[in-house]
Amino acid sequence: MSSVTITREIDARGSYCPGPLMELIRGLKTAAEGEVIAVISSDPGSKTDIPLWVEKSGNELLTVEPLADGAARFIVRKHLRK
Amino acid sequence: MRVQVAIVGGGVGGTLIANRLRHLLHGDARHETNITVYDAHGIHTYQPGWLYVPFARQDPEKLLRPEARLLQQGITLLSGHAGNVQRILPAEKRLLTADGELHGFDYLVLATGSRNAPEDVPGFAEGADHFYSEEASRRLQEKLAHFAGGRIITGVASVPYRCPPAPLEFTFMLEADLRERGLREQTELHYVFPINRPFPIQPVSDFVAPLLEERGITVHTFFNVEAIDPARRIVSSMEGEELPYDLLVLAPPHKGQDVIAASGLGDRDGWIPTDRATLRVKGYEEANIFAVGDATDLPVSKSGSAAHYQGHVVAETIAADVQHRPLQHQYHGRVACFLETGHGQATFLWFDYEHPPKPPKPRRLWHLEKAALNTFYWQLIPPARI
Ligand SMILES: Cc1cc2nc3c(=O)[nH]c(=O)nc-3n(C[C@H](O)[C@H](O)[C@H](O)COP(=O)(O)OP(=O)(O)OC[C@H]3O[C@@H](n4cnc5c(N)ncnc54)[C@H](O)[C@@H]3O)c2cc1C
Repeated sequence: MSSVTITREIDARGSYCPGPLMELIRGLKTAAEGEVIAVISSDPGSKTDIPLWVEKSGNELLTVEPLADGAARFIVRKHLRK
Repeated sequence: MRVQVAIVGGGVGGTLIANRLRHLLHGDARHETNITVYDAHGIHTYQPGWLYVPFARQDPEKLLRPEARLLQQGITLLSGHAGNVQRILPAEKRLLTADGELHGFDYLVLATGSRNAPEDVPGFAEGADHFYSEEASRRLQEKLAHFAGGRIITGVASVPYRCPPAPLEFTFMLEADLRERGLREQTELHYVFPINRPFPIQPVSDFVAPLLEERGITVHTFFNVEAIDPARRIVSSMEGEELPYDLLVLAPPHKGQDVIAASGLGDRDGWIPTDRATLRVKGYEEANIFAVGDATDLPVSKSGSAAHYQGHVVAETIAADVQHRPLQHQYHGRVACFLETGHGQATFLWFDYEHPPKPPKPRRLWHLEKAALNTFYWQLIPPARI
């Protein structure tokens, strides 16, 4: 991951409403093409929800890093839909 | 030297903090502390009531009270130009109001809430309706009164937005209203939502999804509105879907207030980066600058409930500091709110950073409690009685 610069990280641990996926959508909305942002989630549901939406919306999931406290860090690259 | 506490915004959070802080200060500390609330309008609005205006079940005039009447004696209110904060200068510990005055502060609370940003979605202003302001909810009341059948799309245009349950509650109420008026047969109902279920909280989604199906409301998930074409009456999503409509009722895009961006205190959308536990503004931890409620970037719902719990934390922290027994109180992410499911029933959601919500099945009891809160808000929340 050395070539990737994360421009913004959102800590959504413990967020049930609106929840980590909504926080990711919020962050990506204002990102520029190619920008990389990270969202940290402690919600087990994120492991399915986030990859599903990222695919459906045409963005790119670069990696999912497990964290020591059981949460996961999702690193996503923004792509504008053509 | 007198201590100056400046509270910007006389909404749910700001009003509660001013009253609670005054109550927590005793003896000399009370006499030597000036609490000033700056509010651009001087009128306090109970926003949750706007949900009922489109159905003519709420008089919008009754949702307004003069802020001066909600503040305890001894608290200063500046409103109009004198209370409209144009710039915050955190390094100088001063703020500038629209009448050109500079005001110094020792403690600053930012409780400026959010604003509707229809300009963020092309076509929203011309093509969509909503109930997120008095004016818009009145306009929608007119449109619904003249609605004779067709295709209605409800839901959410963009995240974040105020009160996550509101668009769903509106949808259930709309369905019941059309049924009562004999228009349900002639109306197709569609609900659009940004994520892969109709509500963020899974167990809520689990009982809401069958209710939507039962009432013939088609759900379109993963629908993040990208643009609205008012001429062709089509709403399209970031995910590539297009839906035609006759009436489109969406929670509008939201942003932080301009003063936050103008003062360099916000993120790209004008939300204030805020510590999730101490509620101190990030980057100004030593300067006694706090933020609460909708104005923050916290990962909790933009709700009066969150502003209320956060308000108590900030009032306690400032009161302790002013009285020379510094103790940082912590916000644990608590939010509590109701979700109306129509037919006189509602459920109750309660959660914090550590405890996921476990919503009970919709019952009449929660509906009555929500109705009671709508009535007794003025006696309970602004005066910080609870
Ligand atoms: C339709 C609807 C339904 C809702 N239902 C619920 C519900 O059921 N439960 C719930 O908990 N929440 C609900 N909410 C959300 C709730 O109303 C808000 O989250 C709450 O008001 C936020 O409080 P706040 O103190 O952060 O901001 P606000 O209450 O919005 O107050 C902000 C204040 O700051 C002032 N201000 C802004 N800029 C400046 C400036 N530059 N200078 C001076 N003053 C300024 C404004 O005039 C305003 O008085 C609902 C909202 C809507 C729209």
